[in-house]
Amino acid sequence: MRFIFKTTYAQDIELAKHGGQRFWYGLLCVLLLLAPWLIDEYWLAQLTFVLIYGIVGLGLMLLAGFTGQFSIGHAAFLGTGAYTQAVLSNMGLPFPIAMVGAAALSAAVGVVVALPALRLKGIYLGIATLSFGFIVEEVFARWEKVTGGNAGLHVKPAQVFGWELGSGNGFYFVCLVVAVLCTLAILNLLRSPTGRAFVAIRDSEISAQSMGIHLARYKTMSFAISAALAGLGGALYAHKLSFISPDQFNILQSIDLLLLVVIGGLGSVHGAFLGAIFLISMPQLISLSKDWLPPVIGQAPGLQGLVYGLVLIAFVLFEPLGIYGRWLKVRTWLQLFPFYRRGLFKRQKSFTKSDRLR
Amino acid sequence: MQVLQLLLSGIAQGCIYGLIALGFVLIYKATETVSFAQGELMMLGAFSALAGMTFFGFPFWLAALFAVLVMALLGVLLELVVIRPVLGQPQFAIVMLTIGIGYVMRGLITMVPGIGTETHTLPVPYKDEVWKLGALVLNVEQVVIVVATAILCGLLFVLFRYSKLGIAMQASSQNQLAAYYMGIPVKRLNSLVWGLAAAVAAIAGMLLAPITFVHANMGFIGLKAFPAAVVGGFGSLPGAIVGGLVIGVVESLAGFYLPDGFKDTAPYIVVLIMLMVKPNGLFGEKLRKKV
Repeated sequence: MRFIFKTTYAQDIELAKHGGQRFWYGLLCVLLLLAPWLIDEYWLAQLTFVLIYGIVGLGLMLLAGFTGQFSIGHAAFLGTGAYTQAVLSNMGLPFPIAMVGAAALSAAVGVVVALPALRLKGIYLGIATLSFGFIVEEVFARWEKVTGGNAGLHVKPAQVFGWELGSGNGFYFVCLVVAVLCTLAILNLLRSPTGRAFVAIRDSEISAQSMGIHLARYKTMSFAISAALAGLGGALYAHKLSFISPDQFNILQSIDLLLLVVIGGLGSVHGAFLGAIFLISMPQLISLSKDWLPPVIGQAPGLQGLVYGLVLIAFVLFEPLGIYGRWLKVRTWLQLFPFYRRGLFKRQKSFTKSDRLR
Repeated sequence: MQVLQLLLSGIAQGCIYGLIALGFVLIYKATETVSFAQGELMMLGAFSALAGMTFFGFPFWLAALFAVLVMALLGVLLELVVIRPVLGQPQFAIVMLTIGIGYVMRGLITMVPGIGTETHTLPVPYKDEVWKLGALVLNVEQVVIVVATAILCGLLFVLFRYSKLGIAMQASSQNQLAAYYMGIPVKRLNSLVWGLAAAVAAIAGMLLAPITFVHANMGFIGLKAFPAAVVGGFGSLPGAIVGGLVIGVVESLAGFYLPDGFKDTAPYIVVLIMLMVKPNGLFGEKLRKKV
């Protein structure tokens, strides 16, 4: 067990709390930087996807895990970013400028969604965002002049002033840099007054409001930042796949993103990346296990849905804090050995928070 | 004539949405949980009717009864095994749980070899029959949907108005704690409500089956029942049916008079407008939190 003796107030909001964290995160950075030389091309592509989904997950985590606003239509923002990137870079704009454009347009769409969402809570908000997601998907399919309709749209490889990135090592480093920058930005945001206001809104809107937090402003801001991150992720996604079509941004994608934040662990920045690792590695694990499963089960097309559903149910029932929550428990168990008590992380049984407001 | 024809098909489709929305509302009123698995329950209902007719060789009415009973039992079991342990957790955890249940159901059905990946027709006795009423062509399948929905609504009305069980359900949906103090077994009632919702979903599935065929993805129609529930007001049973009818008619008219692509999005546009104008829906109660 490590005890941190704090001597200045600045230590309270430091990003890395102690030397151990600096060491491990540094090691992680070094490993990620060396990854192209350590693992082969296929796994590097998967790692790139993990980073991309991690960025999108960060956005949804900020909205769902830290502001308490659930969006069941987040694929719409992902799609907005992807299509903007595709159209802008097919026009010949350099890659970073197109990405800024994608993020900005997604953020603008996020603000538009947030306007009606300000009056809504809980499940109504979920249904509003769900409806919005369907409408945006239909727009992608029907606005054929720009999006190419259901036939899809080819995306030119990423290029900066004549230097082409391709989709291998170079692109991996772009994703890595964007992911690290986004993570640092979110961490920084969360320790600032704005981030604290988000968390206050999540915990109780009424008490946040009575503390002087302008609900509408902060909710809109949360939607905008979340959508911008999803748009950035979408822009990278478009380049990585180099082909996009409306059905990549349907309701199932939105549910996958929710699955990502819930399984990763709501309310933790780590959770976004852990969830992304889960989401990307699960289909791989399933296809690996197909060889030794009996063919009736292994070759069945519904296997993936079944496994996703079971894992989701198991997490909600047994580990509502997700993978990160489980890791916290394991870590505490190791630190406190042999003094860990079972009830240490027991959540307070709160009374049922009723929407009926009686 | 054209308009009447469109209205009729819209109303028939709306009845299906209404029945699924009824399941949402029943569950929401009882446990404040929004079930995303309602569409999948409907799909399972259609499949169990199919199993009753083709596998066991029951006549149609017996297969229908069989499907309703099986689904009611499944609903009760679901509540007992997965829903009850998480009640009291944040609403969103439960939403994710029901999404997971939906995934599992769809996955399981798809995994049944030779059946899950195919589309089937439910051999109902009234298949492909039409009545001609002057220039109006009545599709018997649609008439059956409307009539069955009306009968079901009547039965539910009687249940909630006159039976001890229904009154207890109303009491516990208004205030669980007070109902519990009055000696109402709230937990058992919640199980029964899930059973009832699943049974209604099964009926919706069987009514829908002759029109869209039976396949593993027919549950996605449940997503269109959310707008129905919201338009009617999420806490109101008659609202669910009315909302379903509104959505069905709007969808049918939009499909004919508006350009391509509006048919599928019309329900969502309607619900967004509704949420902006009147977030509590047509029949919802207006509640404000007192601090």
